[in-house]
Amino acid sequence: MLTDSSLIAPGMLIPLFPLIGFLINGLFGKYLPKSITGWIASLAVLASFCCVFYMFTNLPSTGSLHIDLFNWIGFANFNISFGYLIDPLSITMMLVVTGIGFLIHVYSIGYMHDDEGVTRFFTYLNLFIFFMLLLVIGSNYLVMFIGWEGVGLCSYLLIGYWFKNDAFNDAAKKAFVMNRIGDLGFLLGMFFILFNFGSLDYAEVMKQASLLPVGSALLVTITLLLFVGATGKSAQIPLYTWLPDAMAGPTPVSALIHAATMVTAGIYMITRSGVLYAMAPFSMEIVAIVGVATCLMAAIIGLMQNDIKKVLAYSTVSQLGLMFAALGIGAFASGMFHLVTHAFFKALLFLGSGSVIHALHGEQDIRKMGGLSKYIKVTFITFLIGSIAISGIPPFAGFFSKDEILSKAFEHSKIIWAILSISSMMTAFYMFRLVYLTFFNDFRGTEVTKKHIHESPSTMTIPLIILAVLSIFGGFIGLPSVLGFAHKFQQYLSAVTAPAQHILDESHAAEVSHSTEWILIFTAVIAAIASILYARYKYISNKEQPAEDASLTGINKMVYNKFYVDEIYETCIVKPLKVLSDLFLVLIDKLVIDLVVNATAWVVGLSGRTLRLVQNGNTGFYVFAMVFGIIVLFVIRLFI
Amino acid sequence: MKEMAMNTVPHNWYLFLSTFLFCIGIMGVLFRRNAIIIMMCIELMLNSVNLLLVSFSAYSGNSDGQVFVFFIMVVAAAEVAVGLALLVSIYRNIASTDIDKLSKLKW
Repeated sequence: MLTDSSLIAPGMLIPLFPLIGFLINGLFGKYLPKSITGWIASLAVLASFCCVFYMFTNLPSTGSLHIDLFNWIGFANFNISFGYLIDPLSITMMLVVTGIGFLIHVYSIGYMHDDEGVTRFFTYLNLFIFFMLLLVIGSNYLVMFIGWEGVGLCSYLLIGYWFKNDAFNDAAKKAFVMNRIGDLGFLLGMFFILFNFGSLDYAEVMKQASLLPVGSALLVTITLLLFVGATGKSAQIPLYTWLPDAMAGPTPVSALIHAATMVTAGIYMITRSGVLYAMAPFSMEIVAIVGVATCLMAAIIGLMQNDIKKVLAYSTVSQLGLMFAALGIGAFASGMFHLVTHAFFKALLFLGSGSVIHALHGEQDIRKMGGLSKYIKVTFITFLIGSIAISGIPPFAGFFSKDEILSKAFEHSKIIWAILSISSMMTAFYMFRLVYLTFFNDFRGTEVTKKHIHESPSTMTIPLIILAVLSIFGGFIGLPSVLGFAHKFQQYLSAVTAPAQHILDESHAAEVSHSTEWILIFTAVIAAIASILYARYKYISNKEQPAEDASLTGINKMVYNKFYVDEIYETCIVKPLKVLSDLFLVLIDKLVIDLVVNATAWVVGLSGRTLRLVQNGNTGFYVFAMVFGIIVLFVIRLFI
Repeated sequence: MKEMAMNTVPHNWYLFLSTFLFCIGIMGVLFRRNAIIIMMCIELMLNSVNLLLVSFSAYSGNSDGQVFVFFIMVVAAAEVAVGLALLVSIYRNIASTDIDKLSKLKW
């Protein structure tokens, strides 16, 4: 435990800057010129990034800093403090949130420059960063929950940012309601923790949990409930359907909230609760199964989508599934590693798609794109880098993290490894399908649009370039031991993940040998390259184009329509709920509640109408009533 | 000599006198229609109570009641000033002080 007092001040300041930015833009935004509100918001995030970076360089990886701001809820021997916990795990998350957050803020200045409500946009964005930082910096589950709910709110506000469009509002509501379902699980999990351990503080909960027997029913219940929360926030089966719809928001929002940061909150939460999960093998299996299933299903759906952002959205769901699979097989550090590299290249891909949409004045259908590499070179090259990174081609960032998860999966279970590998092949295929359809061949849109294609301003291209550089070199923080390097990232996180890893290691076999790992790497790389070449053959050599909606049949149609999951939810859950609501409306609301309310009003009205006759305006009568009243009081007092 | 003279008036008599005055006041309030008379009757009730306070004060040998009476007189004077002001404004409105004509204070 490190108690260097010089670190406390910057630690406390980290979440404060975005809050200040939020207050400035939120309260005084309309008095400020529109051109500077974006810079205020960006600087607020940059200031936080500097604080986090200072912590990163000064806090040793074995140390952690615990700051108790104040005792928040306290009675008897029960206390919940509003505290911060700064350790390698939260610093990793905060570097991602503030670093990528800053780049996306700067990008938004260019992307949103001609939007009317740009001040409102940056206000929400700053508020989001504040809540996200609170989520990862909190030292107990309740502070995490505030952030958890806060980012959900900001997500809702930003998806429905263009609130004049009803479809966008519906998407926002869907995201919010789906998240609420997950949050209920999280909340119940918290109640269980509080009731049984008497504390919500991470350290205290982990300490008490490790005293229980492995696989006890209580721990399984808690971890499964927390995982329900994670499926909602991180868009896993069965609660993933909100994320593709959430693409209704402005593209920087999709990049920041629905790719790089908020949706990874579930991964962070499970890593943070690592000991609890390690103590509940059954829950780990569930996490792994859900992760693998989501990874595969989302990848399949991604193959057939024609909206540039929808492809990326399903890709995000798929990659999150991959991370959950990593957590489920006990590779916490690998999951976090993929979270970081994924944040780099997925933010890059979303911002790149935003740049494409910007160039085409809002066109999102890849069937109406094509040949864009000639017109928007910077966007093309950075987007290509992002696609290579996500496909897992060495030495780009995605390769190292994905390969690490795959080799961990191989030692855990061959089936999981096989499914994840197939999903990765699909990922490579649909990403390059996207690249070829968007940037190669001839332009398929209208001539009017073609004339206006232009490269984005430098506020948009510079963040793209920086993220592209990160997508190339970001993987080097976790060079695997098979190449003869020490795994820096794993070592950095080891202080946090060690207790959980220690519990898991007791029941697990040894690591795979280096020769096996080499084979796995070659298999994965060859599979990815083969998928890319197939995409090239299909869309460049054969110049195929995605079929029209109506001409699809059989399994293609089913995949194109996302396995009809939305429709199934609609019929199985939403419709019965509506019928039930109508029933309650007629029976309970109209018959019982309205009757009681109306009867009360009628009685009050009647007595009012009767009693008003007493007030006849005759002063003599008032005086008489007063004296009579006094006499009555006397009589009551004296004789009764 | 003076104390003897005080003792010649029994305490009961004061009670009867003040009760009598109070009842006159009530009757006046109830049966007279002139607002000024009603105000005078209210004053009469007030002063009958003052009398009671003073007599009880003398009877029990405690001067608190007599001090209290001064305060009541001050408050009563203030109250009369307000009441008379009200009367003046009523007179300006209905050109009369008959309370039967003051019957507009209703819904």
